[in-house]
Amino acid sequence: MLSRTASHLYWMARYLERAETTARLLQVGARNGLLPDIGGGYRNDWEAVLQALGQLEPFREKYGDPNQRNIETFLFFDSSNPASVMSCMANARENARVVRTALTSQVWDAINMSFQEMQEFHRTERSKLMLNDMTDWALRAGALIRGAIGGTQLRDDGYRFIGLGYSIERADNTARLLDVKYYVLLPSLSYVGSALDQTQWATLLRSMHAHRAFVWTYKGEITAGKIADLLILNRQFPRSLLSATQDSVDHLEALSRGYKQPSRASSVARGLLGEIAELTVEDVFDEGLHQFLLRFMRRNDQIAAAVQATYLSGVPE
Amino acid sequence: MAQTFNEMVDQGHVREAYRNLEKWQNDMPGDLRAMKQSEAEALFRRVGITFAVYGEGGDPERLIPFDMFPRVFTASEWRKLDRGIRQRAAALNAFLADVYDQREIIRAGRIPEHLVTKNEAFEKAVVGFRPPRNVWSHIVGIDLVRTGPDQFYVLEDNCRTPSGVSYMLQNREIMMRMFPNLFVENRIAPVDGYADTLRKTLASVAPQKCDSDPTVVILTPGQFNSAYYEHSFLADLMGVELVEGQDLFVDGDFCWMRTTEGPKKVDVIYRRIDDAFIDPLCFRPDSMLGVPGLMNVYRSGGVTICSAPGAGVADDKAIYTFVPEMIRFYLGEAPILENVPTWQCAKADDCKYVLENLSELVVKEVHGSGGYGMLVGPKADRATIEAFRAKIEERPSNYIAQPTLALSACPTFVEEGVAPRHVDLRPYCLVGEKIELVPGGLTRVALNEGSLVVNSSQGGGVKDTWVLAE
Repeated sequence: MLSRTASHLYWMARYLERAETTARLLQVGARNGLLPDIGGGYRNDWEAVLQALGQLEPFREKYGDPNQRNIETFLFFDSSNPASVMSCMANARENARVVRTALTSQVWDAINMSFQEMQEFHRTERSKLMLNDMTDWALRAGALIRGAIGGTQLRDDGYRFIGLGYSIERADNTARLLDVKYYVLLPSLSYVGSALDQTQWATLLRSMHAHRAFVWTYKGEITAGKIADLLILNRQFPRSLLSATQDSVDHLEALSRGYKQPSRASSVARGLLGEIAELTVEDVFDEGLHQFLLRFMRRNDQIAAAVQATYLSGVPE
Repeated sequence: MAQTFNEMVDQGHVREAYRNLEKWQNDMPGDLRAMKQSEAEALFRRVGITFAVYGEGGDPERLIPFDMFPRVFTASEWRKLDRGIRQRAAALNAFLADVYDQREIIRAGRIPEHLVTKNEAFEKAVVGFRPPRNVWSHIVGIDLVRTGPDQFYVLEDNCRTPSGVSYMLQNREIMMRMFPNLFVENRIAPVDGYADTLRKTLASVAPQKCDSDPTVVILTPGQFNSAYYEHSFLADLMGVELVEGQDLFVDGDFCWMRTTEGPKKVDVIYRRIDDAFIDPLCFRPDSMLGVPGLMNVYRSGGVTICSAPGAGVADDKAIYTFVPEMIRFYLGEAPILENVPTWQCAKADDCKYVLENLSELVVKEVHGSGGYGMLVGPKADRATIEAFRAKIEERPSNYIAQPTLALSACPTFVEEGVAPRHVDLRPYCLVGEKIELVPGGLTRVALNEGSLVVNSSQGGGVKDTWVLAE
């Protein structure tokens, strides 16, 4: 497979995953807007959402104060925001278009139709658009595309590069969301364990569509330890750092097998998996959640860099 | 202007080839037609059959209007076209082989030397070079028009990278999907062997140094090119990689592509980029589209480039007038297809005639394309004609002129129902070990009433083209 083709497939998947993350954050931000103000009138949820995407500064420059309407526009439609649903979908679709011969017609169809529908949204008068409809649509489009990939793509190297895009992006997104919770959602450490803290952990769970999973898995009250366990170490939860890393390892090993060639990318990924597979929540808190997450993101980036060097540059290491 | 020949109705009678279609047309209620039309558009949009127009505002991915009314040739009509096209493709290739080698046709005084060697498309870098099987133009697109039951004229030859073949294939797919009954009632020769033939043709011109199954690729300028869809479509149908310049590199005697498993040798490149962009070391140094060093590998027989760099010298509008001469000179045959009578403004007598008759002639720039830089005398106002006169007087050698042909018209679905619209035809002839041609081509139709300009960048549409089986 052409390195460039692999690269387009990989980035297509990364953008698709990112579009979903943004849609989820929008959904959560909007839901929080409906809740009564607890914790002494402090309301920075939208800022936290922007922060999570690394887009707070660009937003302020362009729109000023965060109000819901502006944030919706910024996060959904604004093509100057690289993390907006629109930007991500357009980038995903452009990557797909370039390599459509590497995609089944169902996958191309799902991506292309979603893109056309989004343009339809864009042409619709804003007062007729409900935020929930938009975010629901984005998540549904994401599921449709993932379903088409899972149901129709050959399990060949192309499929593995798509899978890698999803798993590497997903690991990064989960780590970022967790990190944001710790340093942005909480205005000061004195809030830890407070009612505000509780609500915000619940918010985080919702942003991952993990609320029900949490309730079924852990029972009882929401604590930082249980949430960290779910989002970092739980093998059953598909967005946990461990699951995402396991996916990266699986895809990389399948590639090595297919090419009959061991790769550095594969050993880097297995190294990270080995480290976190043996961890306990206590280990994570001993290191410090923030420190741990930074370290994880760096290691995840190393996998991405090794994938780039091994497969996407066209000149093997 | 002479009487327009109607492809369907001749002297009050529906011609045999169109009999079934007449009933089909009459039986189709207006609402069904509208429904089918929007279904066709949705299909085109859905599979992404678009041509890209960047930099003009609006939707950059446009659909070429598709007309559902097919254009039909009988088997015997096609036999003549088929022979004429093969003959022309052979002569054009013989001409190319000759002008980069012995130049016998020039020495015999049949073609003026300056038209060849001073031609912008003449490539000094390949003089004396002999490509595999001595084929220079592997995909020859011959544009034809019809003026009567038996009158066909060649409008121009395209020896470099003629486009549009994806429409020929997709128009057929869409017609078969929407009107399966038409294909039961009519015996229509299939065109879907095109991709297979193209692949075999390209493989058959692999360089001598290639000692295994040749690796064929299509080289595209990338997704912003207007024909990108076609490039990816053909790569997909042939099962070959669609590469950009950045995917290729030269190492040693060969050209390689970057793959996830490391470098892979490339043997045949069907390039869809212009000569000037093939190799920045040899041609335009500012271009990122090509591959540095590729021309060296080409000249030393490490890779085949299709069509060959320099092939454009045969499809120039000034050279065009000499193609019948080439057929007689190289093949010793009488031309089967006629040229449109052409005046060359470079010649004083011709130029004088052209300037005196501007309002009746079509004047074209020698190097123009895409329907631009053209004067359609009978349709032009006085000011336009005078402006063109000044341009011709300033640089006569830049222009040729032809009589306004009464292009045939084919029934076409329009707002008010069915009405005749002017059409032309581009069949695609493949030249490798053999010369091959699928029965069909791309019919372009001028959708505006009375218009003679069928080019897609100027409001033209496309139709399915049928050749009835024997």
